[in-house]
Amino acid sequence: MTTAGPKTPAEQLETFLQRVPYVRFLGMRAELAGDEMTAILPFAPHLVGNTFLPALHGGVIGAFLEMTALAQLSVAQPSPRVHKTIDITIEYLRPGRAQTAYARADLRKVGRRIANVHVEAWQEDRDQPFAALRGHFLLSGDSST
Amino acid sequence: MADVPDIVRDMARSMTTSVPQAAALGFRFVSVSPGRGSLDVPWRADLVGDPDTEVIAGGVVTSLLDHTCGLACAAAAGTEPFSTATLDLRIDYMRPAAPRAGVVAEAHCYKITRTVAFVRAEAWDVDRGDLIATAQAAFVVNRPRPDPAS
Repeated sequence: MTTAGPKTPAEQLETFLQRVPYVRFLGMRAELAGDEMTAILPFAPHLVGNTFLPALHGGVIGAFLEMTALAQLSVAQPSPRVHKTIDITIEYLRPGRAQTAYARADLRKVGRRIANVHVEAWQEDRDQPFAALRGHFLLSGDSST
Repeated sequence: MADVPDIVRDMARSMTTSVPQAAALGFRFVSVSPGRGSLDVPWRADLVGDPDTEVIAGGVVTSLLDHTCGLACAAAAGTEPFSTATLDLRIDYMRPAAPRAGVVAEAHCYKITRTVAFVRAEAWDVDRGDLIATAQAAFVVNRPRPDPAS
C-alpha cells in the first residue's frame, strides 16, 4: 500500500533501520511483534574485539544496546528526527560470543522530553543475558511541535 | 611526555590494526604514555548516526571510548602480558559531534590492581576544551596465574 498518512509501527521501525548508515554498518535488524521489538545482530567478523576467544567488541555490544533503545523509541515515539542519547551505562555480564545476539528494550519512563530505557541482550538463552544497558534519551519533537 | 616500554608502544600501535572492529571503524593510533592513551576515528559516510545532520553515530564514539580505555589499561599495566574485558562503561553525551567531523578520544587509567582497572576518558571533535562525551569505565584485568614453581 502506498497511501499517505501516519506510518505503522513496523514502517517507523523499518524507516529507522534503513535511514541510519551506522545500523547498516553493524548489520543490525529488528522484528516487531505487536509493540514488542526484538533487535537482532547477526555475527560478522568485523564486530570482533578479541580474536583469541573470539568475542564481540565491548563497543559493539554497547552500540547494539544503544541502537536497540533508539529503535524501540522510534516505534513508541515516532519522530522525523533521530532521538538523542544523553547518557548510557553498559554492564558487561559475560563475553559476547561469535554468534547472533538479540536485545529487547524496556521503556521504563517516557516523559515529555526525556525517556529512561533499560535494554538486555542475550545469545542462546534469554535468561542468561550477556550485557545490559540503562540510559536516558532526549526525545526529538514530532512534526507537529 | 614520559615514555612507555617499547613492548607497550608496539602493542598500543597494533591495537588499531589487529582488532577487527577497530580496523573496520578506521581507528588510528595517536599517542601513548604511562597510564594514558589516545586514538582517533576519521568521519566516514557509513558511520553516520543521524542522516539529517551527517553526524557520526554515538555507537562509534562508544566503541572509540571503550577501545581507548583499553589502550590506557595497557599503558598502565607494565610489560607483563595480560588481557582486559570491559566490566562497565558509563558514557555522557554532552553534545553531538559537528557534521562530518571525526572524533578524538583520550583515556587515563588512574588505578590498576591485580584484577581491576579504573579508567576515565574524554572525546572531542574539534576543540579539546569543548567535549562531546566523557566516559568512566572499569575493566577486569586477566593476568597469567603465577607459576607455582617459581
